[in-house]
Amino acid sequence: MSRSPARRCILLRGTTRLSRALQASMLALAFSVACHAEERAVASPGGLEAKLEYCKTCHGLSGQGYRGYFPMPRLAGQQPQYLENQLRAFIERRRTNPIMANVAHVLSPGMVSALAAHFRSLDPKPFGGAPRGSAALGKRIYEEGIPEANVPACSACHGMDARGQNEIPRLAGQLYDYTVGQLTGWAKARGQGSAVDTSAIMAPTAHNLSRSQVEAVAAYVGYLP
Amino acid sequence: MTEAPFQMCGVRKPEARWRRLMGGMSWKIVVLAIVGSVAPVLAFDGGDSQVRNCTWCHGAGGQGYTVAPRLAGQRSEYLESQIKSFREHTRDNPFSRQYMWGAVASLAPQDARDLAAYFASVPPKPANDGDSFLAVRGKTIYLDGIPEANVASCYACHGPNAEGVRNIPRLGGLAYAYLKTRLEQWGQGYHSGMGTPMPVVARSLGPNEIEALASYLSFVR
Repeated sequence: MSRSPARRCILLRGTTRLSRALQASMLALAFSVACHAEERAVASPGGLEAKLEYCKTCHGLSGQGYRGYFPMPRLAGQQPQYLENQLRAFIERRRTNPIMANVAHVLSPGMVSALAAHFRSLDPKPFGGAPRGSAALGKRIYEEGIPEANVPACSACHGMDARGQNEIPRLAGQLYDYTVGQLTGWAKARGQGSAVDTSAIMAPTAHNLSRSQVEAVAAYVGYLP
Repeated sequence: MTEAPFQMCGVRKPEARWRRLMGGMSWKIVVLAIVGSVAPVLAFDGGDSQVRNCTWCHGAGGQGYTVAPRLAGQRSEYLESQIKSFREHTRDNPFSRQYMWGAVASLAPQDARDLAAYFASVPPKPANDGDSFLAVRGKTIYLDGIPEANVASCYACHGPNAEGVRNIPRLGGLAYAYLKTRLEQWGQGYHSGMGTPMPVVARSLGPNEIEALASYLSFVR
């Protein structure tokens, strides 16, 4: 017995609907698999989120820096170009730091840019903890320099707000111990090897500052927002 | 058969009472005897009753005993911070809840500071109870981390010789089981003080890495 045209039409429509539904569900499935793959990429060891979490275990949960056995510098609000330069300097051993050389070594150029952009966007409160006694002297040195000791005003390059620009780092809110450590040990850690890099600009200034002057400047910039 | 004659016979009653009395007393005598024999060892702690309250569990000289970690040579700021976190119930692993919350409940802040300073001044002895084969890998993880797996270097915070600093604890020479348990517990979501990166660090460690680190650290002097 042959089916009536109307009934055949309904059947046909039914199969079309079924195949559409099948298509839709397969699309949904494919989409959800893609989404999971994306999630995994972000959470995987090579992903940006996982790498950021890794950076923040040492540099503070909001990039504000952390005082471990060594002071770990604030990365929040840092100039991206400065961060990229330093990571390259660690790898090329122009800047001596065994931990950071290993850390930087496994970062792809794309990852470095993404990390630098992320830290640039963070704005936590300064870590604090610097002795406040010498901050007034620090402010004077920062803004006027010490002409008789051939120390230029820090603000000339780092800016009045100490936020830096391009390859010149932000100092505002930097950890006191870190700034003191860098300025007192500049020539021993920076500009190593035969290649000349931008760190050479700071070498004479760091050399001409006394310990107490370094401490004063570090205390002043450490509290700047 | 045994009870009935005593109850019926009045002459034997006092002896039964004496025996029952001795049954209750004997364990107390044994405990007293043990305490008496241990007392000279405890005298090493300066005879301070506060110190003795700690060394009952943490071992003679605070060198650690089974699950109770070594206190000797620990950073005084760290010890103080942990006493505080027991008191405020922020260090919440099972043994902390069971023993330490109660143990520090009535400890005055000045006493906590004195105890911390005392134990920090006692020279620590390494437990040396890890697996020396695994310790080789543990040392590499301790110093370098595993950058490609986002495992941070322990050295950056705990120092080149795992000696700790300020409120960051000395890890060198602690017992293998204690180190292992603590790293596992961080990863399981237990807390210990505020603002520490340890939950994030521990989450990045697998069981093999934990065993390697705990082994290495148990040998560090």
